[in-house]
Amino acid sequence: MKVYKYGANVDTDVIIPARHLNDPSPEALASHCMEDIDADFASTVQAGDIIVAGPNFGCGSSREHAPLSIKSCKVKCIIAPSFARIFYRNAINIGLPIVECPQAAEEIQAGDQVEVDFVTGVITDATQGKTWQAAPFPEFIDGIIKSGGLLNSLKERGVAK
Amino acid sequence: MGMTMTQKILAKAAGLDKVEAGQLIEAKLDLVLGNDITAPVAITEFEKAGFTQVFNKDKIAIVLDHYTPCKDIKSAQLCKQAREFAHKHQLTNFFDVGQMGVEHALLPEKGLAAPGELIIGADSHTCTYGALGAFSTGVGSTDMAAGMATGLLWFKVPSAVKVTLKGKLQPHVSGKDVILHLIGEIGVDGALYQSLEFAGEGVASLTMDDRFTISNMAIEAGGKNGIFPVDEKTMEYINGRVSRPCEAFAADPDAVYSREVVIDLDKLEPTVALPHLPENTKVVSEVAGTPINQVIIGSCTNGRIGDLRIAAAIMKGKKVASNVRCVIIPATQEITLQAMKEGLIETFIQAGAAVSTPTCGPCLGGHMGVMAEGERTVSTTNRNFVGRMGHTTSEIILASPAVAAASAIAGCVADPRA
Repeated sequence: MKVYKYGANVDTDVIIPARHLNDPSPEALASHCMEDIDADFASTVQAGDIIVAGPNFGCGSSREHAPLSIKSCKVKCIIAPSFARIFYRNAINIGLPIVECPQAAEEIQAGDQVEVDFVTGVITDATQGKTWQAAPFPEFIDGIIKSGGLLNSLKERGVAK
Repeated sequence: MGMTMTQKILAKAAGLDKVEAGQLIEAKLDLVLGNDITAPVAITEFEKAGFTQVFNKDKIAIVLDHYTPCKDIKSAQLCKQAREFAHKHQLTNFFDVGQMGVEHALLPEKGLAAPGELIIGADSHTCTYGALGAFSTGVGSTDMAAGMATGLLWFKVPSAVKVTLKGKLQPHVSGKDVILHLIGEIGVDGALYQSLEFAGEGVASLTMDDRFTISNMAIEAGGKNGIFPVDEKTMEYINGRVSRPCEAFAADPDAVYSREVVIDLDKLEPTVALPHLPENTKVVSEVAGTPINQVIIGSCTNGRIGDLRIAAAIMKGKKVASNVRCVIIPATQEITLQAMKEGLIETFIQAGAAVSTPTCGPCLGGHMGVMAEGERTVSTTNRNFVGRMGHTTSEIILASPAVAAASAIAGCVADPRA
C-alpha cells in the first residue's frame, strides 16, 4: 500500500479545515481531507494507503472530524513518532489504527510500499526491504480497539443505557 | 513518592488512594461539555450506539458558540440537532444564542467549573478550567458521547511539567505573554501527554483572567491540562457562582515532575507568536512595524472583561488605523454588559472598531473576520496554523490584548509600551 509522507506537527486545521466542519458526513469530510497541506490527497488516496508523518501528528483542535476524514478515505493506518493526545484518543475511540514508531516514521519514504501487521506490530517496507517493530498498545486500549471502538466496548460492558 | 495536583484529582475521581504516571484509569466526570461543531457528532454516535438516556441532565453542558449566530444553512442544521437533543434530554445547561458565550469563558462565569472537579469537553481548550484548580481536558466527540451516556471516561494518568513563576508582571504584560513565552521555551509538543502545573510565588499576582488565558493555551504546548493552585483569588472568583461543595487539592511536597521550567515574570516582555506555530515566539519589539490588515480581540483565550479593559485603555480617544479592520468580541453576554457599563464598548466603537455578539467565529476561520489571500491578522486567539483564519496564504500573529490594541492603532505590529 502506498505511503503519503508529511512533516512534524501536522495539525487538525490542515487535516480538515474548519470551513468544512459544518458538514460532518463521512463523504464530505473525505472529500476535503488534508486539503490545506496536500491538495491532491483526497483525489489520489486509495483504500489501504498509509500516512507517515513526523512527531505530534494531529495537534490543535479536538475535532474528531480529523481522524474521521482520514478514516473515511479508507486510509489503513497512520505511522508517526508521536500523536497529539486528543487525536490519539479519537483515533482509538473510532477505530482508526495508529502506530507509534519513530524509526519507521523517519525512514519510510513517500511512495514506498508498506504493510503493517497489527497483531505483531511489525511494519514492513517492501520498497526498502526493511522492517521495524512498533510498540504494542496497552491491554486496556487494545480492548477498545478489539471491540470496534469506545462505544461498542461500553455496550459490551453494559454500563450505558 | 507523592502525587501532583492533577494526579490527586484523578485518583479521587477514580476512587483510588493513589495513581501514578502512565496508569490507565476510569474516572467519574463532574461535567461533560460540547459545542455546535462537536456535540452533533457526539449526538449522532450516542444515538447510533442505541443509548437512550444521559447519565445526569445537570452535568452535561452544550454551548452553541462556534458558528453562531448561524453563519449558513449547514451550521444551522447542526445547531438544530444539538438543540433538539438538549430539549429531548432536558439538559439544564444548554446555552443557545442570547444566553450563550464562548464556552470556556461562559462555564466558569456560570459556576459550572470548580476546584477539584473533573471536566471533559469536546473542545481542545477545555483545559481552561485548570485556572480554577480543576482537572479539565479536551476530548473528542466519541468521548463526549461516552461521557454523556455513562458519566465515566478512561484516562492515562499524566506526568507533569512544573512551571514555577517568580516575581510580578510589568505594565502592559499579561497572562498571554506568560503562556506564549512558555510555549516558545518548550515547544508545541513540550508537554505532550503531560500536565502543566503552575506554582511559585508569582502565581499570587496573576489575576483570574490571566490564569484562564494561561491554562487555556496549555494544549498549545501539547499539554493534557494546565492547572493552578487554589488561592484567595480562586475562592473570591467562585464565591457567588458555585454553591456546591468543592475540594481544593495541592500537589504533595515530594511530587515528582518530569521537568521544571522557571519564568521570571519581572523580566517578561510583551511576546507574540509568528506564523504558523504558537512556538514561533518573539519579543514584540523585534517585529514591531510588521504590516497588518486586521486585528481580532476576543476568544476563549482573551475575550474576558480584563482583556477588554486593557484594550480600551490603549484605544481610548484614538482611532483604528485606516489600513486595519479591528473586530472586538466580548466572550459572553455578561462581559458585554459589563463592558457597556464601563464605557468600553463606546470606546471601541468611537475608535472605529466593530463590536460583535459573542462567538468563536474568526478564531477558526468560521465567520466575523475571515482573511483573504496574503492578508495578516494580529489576534488575541490561540492558534496560528496554516489556513486557520482564512486563505492558506493568510497569516496570524498571536498576541496579548495590549499588543493587539496597540497594533490596531498603529496600523502595524506595535509594542504597547512604546
